[in-house]
Amino acid sequence: MVNTQLHTRDSILQILSVICDPEIPVVSIQEMGILRDVIVHDNVCEIIITPTYTGCPAMGIIEADIQSTLHHAGIDEVKVTTVYTPAWTTDWMTESTKEKLQKFGIAAPVHSHCMDWSKPEQHAVICPLCHAEDTQIISHFGSTACKALYKCNVCKEPFDYFKCH
Amino acid sequence: MTKQQALYKYLLRLGDNPLILGHRLSEWCSRGPILEEDLALTNIALDNIGRAQAFLKYAAEVEGLGKTADDLAYKRDERSFYNNLIAELPIGDFAYTIARQLLIAVFEQLQFTDLSKSSNETIAGIAAKSLKEVRYHVAHARDWCYRLGKGTEESHNRLQRAFNELWMYTGELFEMYDEDVILVFDGVAGDLNTLKIQYYDAVQKILNDSNIQIPVVDYMQTGSRKGIHTEYLGHILAEMQYLQRAYPDATW
Repeated sequence: MVNTQLHTRDSILQILSVICDPEIPVVSIQEMGILRDVIVHDNVCEIIITPTYTGCPAMGIIEADIQSTLHHAGIDEVKVTTVYTPAWTTDWMTESTKEKLQKFGIAAPVHSHCMDWSKPEQHAVICPLCHAEDTQIISHFGSTACKALYKCNVCKEPFDYFKCH
Repeated sequence: MTKQQALYKYLLRLGDNPLILGHRLSEWCSRGPILEEDLALTNIALDNIGRAQAFLKYAAEVEGLGKTADDLAYKRDERSFYNNLIAELPIGDFAYTIARQLLIAVFEQLQFTDLSKSSNETIAGIAAKSLKEVRYHVAHARDWCYRLGKGTEESHNRLQRAFNELWMYTGELFEMYDEDVILVFDGVAGDLNTLKIQYYDAVQKILNDSNIQIPVVDYMQTGSRKGIHTEYLGHILAEMQYLQRAYPDATW
């Protein structure tokens, strides 16, 4: 049973706001747009999440984090549902989320829709470390599926770029 | 064949292709020519496994026997797998892997563009999601084709040889079977015949730009729509399914 007197959609979202992205601990799963919604049913609390990439290995950890966080808050019946529609997009990240990524050393996605897929590297990606514009792509595939690997031609440091998606 | 059976088999096709290709690509883990490429191929493998999970999970729901995606991946026999033959061929050398990636990714880009408009919302959702990932796979394979094709004599010859060997596996991608006929009628599946011209145009353009000759073959391989495979699939399954067969329902 879910005590609907005690727990509303908003209060549960509040409880879940502490859960960070396992790969990027400076932003929450809410800020990342992974946590989509909370539906309080009579006997179960359903949490809707959407993966950044279909094969994102962090999804298992995120689901376990949601379960344990809500259990600690006294909500035992929790169902985590993965939905693919609408498809996750970097457009869901707010400006403040992008700033947090930059400070963490990950260049934030520039945009998503106007991306020229044939030549993703054509867009200027600013170095999150020295803020230079003179950077180059090393690989479209970085440390995780959602990131590409870049190099700054000014400070010479390699860095991750969160791909437009 | 009922509509439910048609949908189930169609979903197995959509799930088995990335499952088997993802398994093949993961063989490159720690063996890539450079670290960045090792990461790229395993990233693509992960995208494939993720997509396989999504489609097989839905296939299990449609089947309605209370199975999971894992049950379908680990406890099905070879003759019930419907991946295209091209996905199960051994990884070969790097040029062979890249040529296969191009031939499959270009097809998938067209297929998922089409399926993102499917009348079945779940298929449309997974297709739209996958499309974003597949675009990267196309760009990755295409850029390597340019580099290998226009690289050294050795890299060019290896890439040419790879395309020569793989070309006869492309016909099967467009085969329409019983389930296609039923599902196309309802707007669930797309008519694969309509993608054929676009596909060969797109591939040929990339091959031309890579100084690679378009292979000429007078025979196309077939079989997977009926669950008939090359000798290689059994070996993949033996490795992939071993644990769940030896210790059913084992968990970490």
